[in-house]
Amino acid sequence: MTRNLVLGGALTALFLAAALLSYVWTPYDTEAMQIANRLQTPSAAHWFGTDHFGRDILSMIMVGARTSIAVALVAVGIGMGAGVPLGLAAAARHGGWLDEAIMRMNDLVFAFPSLVIAILITAILGPGATNAIIAIGIFNIPVFARLSRGAALSLWKREFILAARVAGKTAPRISAEHILPNIANLLIVQGTIQFSLGILAEAGLSYVGLGAQPPIPSWGRMLADAQTMVALAPHVAIMPGLAIVLMVLGLNLLGDGLRDRLDPRLRVVRA
Amino acid sequence: MLAYALKRLVILALSLALASLVIFLVVEVAPGDPASYMLGINARPDTVAALRAELGLDLPRAERYLAWVGGMVQGDFGTSYTYRAPVSQMVAERIRVSLPLALYALTLSVVIAFPAGIFAAARRGRAGDAGVIAATQLGIAIPNFWFAMLLVLLFAIKLRWFSAGGFPGWDDPLMGLKALTLPAVALALPQAAILTRVMRSSLLDILHEDFIRTARAKGLTRRQALWRHGVRNAMIPVLTIIGLQFSFLLAGAIIIEQVFFLPGLGRLIFQAITQRDLIVVESVVMLLVFAVISVNFLTDLAYAAVDPRLRTSR
Repeated sequence: MTRNLVLGGALTALFLAAALLSYVWTPYDTEAMQIANRLQTPSAAHWFGTDHFGRDILSMIMVGARTSIAVALVAVGIGMGAGVPLGLAAAARHGGWLDEAIMRMNDLVFAFPSLVIAILITAILGPGATNAIIAIGIFNIPVFARLSRGAALSLWKREFILAARVAGKTAPRISAEHILPNIANLLIVQGTIQFSLGILAEAGLSYVGLGAQPPIPSWGRMLADAQTMVALAPHVAIMPGLAIVLMVLGLNLLGDGLRDRLDPRLRVVRA
Repeated sequence: MLAYALKRLVILALSLALASLVIFLVVEVAPGDPASYMLGINARPDTVAALRAELGLDLPRAERYLAWVGGMVQGDFGTSYTYRAPVSQMVAERIRVSLPLALYALTLSVVIAFPAGIFAAARRGRAGDAGVIAATQLGIAIPNFWFAMLLVLLFAIKLRWFSAGGFPGWDDPLMGLKALTLPAVALALPQAAILTRVMRSSLLDILHEDFIRTARAKGLTRRQALWRHGVRNAMIPVLTIIGLQFSFLLAGAIIIEQVFFLPGLGRLIFQAITQRDLIVVESVVMLLVFAVISVNFLTDLAYAAVDPRLRTSR
């Protein structure tokens, strides 16, 4: 279905562009408060309306996209950076103590309710974007470790790997030169899914006050601020929520589209 | 079967021991001494020291860890630093909200997902299927706390059918259930979307099996074969997801409890974290981990009972 790929790609590109644009230009200054203009409904001057401090919601969403994308992207990076080598090592030593140890550690991390631990980590290390990244990133590690181990295991039985072993290549070299390129598609698709889960997790953490701190705008905290005003000015709550939904929807469609394009047989974990 | 069960039981015990150690160590590195926090900044050092001794905070780490674990095994979760009440009692009060909420949401999720998944699988590739898939895409993308706010806006503020938050207790079970309805719907939405997808794809996998072809050859219509032979066989992956979802719901309720001001385990954790009531944090997190690991253990056992092949492989 190329429709998924196009729609998902367009939505994702839209948010990436908005985030990048916000570095050089936003319709209004997100730190300037204009109490006289507070809680205005969407209009030509303020497309998405204004919040309780009179700040332009469109500008806040643009800058907030930066926070969401940065947190989720780095968290995926942590998951891939640590998880893929672990998974490849486990597959190369299949059945050995290293494999067993890595997989049992994975089971353990999976057993923790991720949200509870993320809350615990941010509560102990202090709230903020960096600690939100760590909290979300830790739970990406077993996802990538398990995925790359499973995919690598089936490759290790193939003849071209056997040929590489006969040629005298070491296991780490085979993993890097032959296994990794062959599982890259799978990793890209899973990365897109984890990216979207990261956006949701970041929104959840900043909604409860454990994500990026003021004055840095974040979608989750915009929603938390809006909660008490939802009766008075529904748009204050609706706009940032829509931004989250469209961004996550875009990434999920992109992931599905990429999977269909790259290899329809790929099995992606959605946990 | 017995050997398999025993092996799983050993793994369960090891996981729990390791989990308790991790939780203890994570909470240990938390900055802020509970005793000085409780007494305030003007407290005299000897008062703080006395309180530390009373709370057992002056003991070596290893000893405190063993005391904590040993107590939990006997059902004693320690005493809250701030409320001076047994943690087990506080947890028992809060779980009367969190557990029914999770079960309510799980029920809703199953009630929505089963018909939707079967409907979509039966109409594979047609408009009805595409509609269900689009709805699940949306369901997965919507943050449940935002959906909760929209529910409040519509059903509490505009229509005034439900209250916007709070919990009246179980004195009147109907009122209690009513107060949990919006939170349960918000919590169930993403889970229902995921479960619908699993149900649909699991059914579609089954429909390619030989026994379905045999059933069709016997003269059953596509729909009859789907209902009589497909649905039952598609249940195995669906049950796994339901098992997993229960723990997600219990933990996911944390944020939803914040939205609706429900006095559940989630709010207890938040209060305890801000008050540095570490023993409460440790014990509640451990309890949630225990719930997740036990549900996984029971799912594994249920599988092995149904499918003997699983007893030999890991």
